[in-house]
Amino acid sequence: MDINSVPQDDSTTYAKMQKAIYASSDDGKLETVSSTGWEVEELVTQQALDDIEDSVKEAYELVKSGEMSPLYYHMYEARMDLIILAQSTGFFQWTIKRDFKPDLFAKISEKRLLEYCDALGKSLETIKKLPEISYE
Amino acid sequence: MNDFEHKHHAHCESGVLSSMLSHHGLNISEPMIFGLSNALNFAYIPFIKLGGMPLVAYRSIPSSIIKNIKKNLKVDMKLETFSSKKKGEERLDELLKEGKIVGAQSSMYWLSYIPNEMRFHFNAHNLLIYGKENDDYLISDPVFQMSVRCDKESLSKARFTKGVMAPKGLLYYPVSVPTEIDLKPIIAKSIKKLSKTMLRKFIPIVGLKGVGYLAKAILKLESKEKKYAKLFLGNIVRMQEEIGTGGAGFRFMYASFLQESSELFDNDVVLKEASKMMLEVGDEWREFALMIAKSIKSKKEIDYRAISQKLMVISENEAKVYKKMLTFKAKY
Repeated sequence: MDINSVPQDDSTTYAKMQKAIYASSDDGKLETVSSTGWEVEELVTQQALDDIEDSVKEAYELVKSGEMSPLYYHMYEARMDLIILAQSTGFFQWTIKRDFKPDLFAKISEKRLLEYCDALGKSLETIKKLPEISYE
Repeated sequence: MNDFEHKHHAHCESGVLSSMLSHHGLNISEPMIFGLSNALNFAYIPFIKLGGMPLVAYRSIPSSIIKNIKKNLKVDMKLETFSSKKKGEERLDELLKEGKIVGAQSSMYWLSYIPNEMRFHFNAHNLLIYGKENDDYLISDPVFQMSVRCDKESLSKARFTKGVMAPKGLLYYPVSVPTEIDLKPIIAKSIKKLSKTMLRKFIPIVGLKGVGYLAKAILKLESKEKKYAKLFLGNIVRMQEEIGTGGAGFRFMYASFLQESSELFDNDVVLKEASKMMLEVGDEWREFALMIAKSIKSKKEIDYRAISQKLMVISENEAKVYKKMLTFKAKY
């Protein structure tokens, strides 16, 4: 890659930052060049972000309809999945799945809830309910 | 203060080491750190998931750069992990009070200065903490252009997050750094070792064998649900470009290392040529990424065979570079 080919695509996924890329100058010497983005990278990062957003929206609907507990939504909102949540809390996956059931979630001990709060970075008050958000 | 100077690097772990050693009077570039620690690699490990997708790694295991630099450069580097958050916080403050600058492993997600677009659950990020002001830590995060700040609570959360590659509050700092090192013998050894590692045929999931393994997995995507197949392919490119590799899964950075090494060996022709070849291979990795991006965007059927084939060609061309590197004869 030579310096003149280093993409400067102003990727939105770079959040106005720049990355350092190794590229070759005219005399063949390699050095770091700042890049504002590459559309290829932006595309795949956006793909991942969109996928996360889809999961959050889906989860929101399932909680709203009463099929899942607020925990299910808050997990996806924190960009986690069952595996990551299990690893972050140290809880077994099957016990977390139980907590996805609205009636069982309502009965969880505060101690267990606080573990979820810690893992998800959310307050007790937040985690117990679905936020008033419109996912249009 | 300790008049620490932040520098913008391409990758976190190698960037931290380069900044850290420079601060202690040993000026070694990031590519040189990367090359001397034999960090270049490839692995496709389907049974380890990162963000729900199989792990595709373009470098050696996290912390191996720190450990290999410690070993190869004979730097007396202390690495400390902690069983409790409190102990980890206290130790960090203690070290900073002593005027030290400290490397740390952390999650990316919980750091308060990370923009939303980059906020993913990845636990093997590296940064350098060089001071504290009230409740904020002054941080030199190599992949950021300027130095940043992070509040105590967020930093602790990031340092003690659980899960895959959990940091356990890892802190590292040098106790003594040699002021002068003859890099040439270390370079010669590293180059030989890396070439052999990448060309090795026994373990199917690492090295160039791993590239072939991934190429096969891509062919199998044809029978999977399209949405998953696209996410799988996108994930490969993200691991190659997004997570701070200096471009093309570290191949550009390694080419830079080879070039710098060539200069140290009086413009050695073999290393110069290998650097050029590695740069070209890096360009091919980028072409591969472009191919995938086009496939994801297009409404047409994905040509898995073509993508898989491209990967096989890259593997063959990268093998040529390692074979070239093996012909290097160090002259002192």
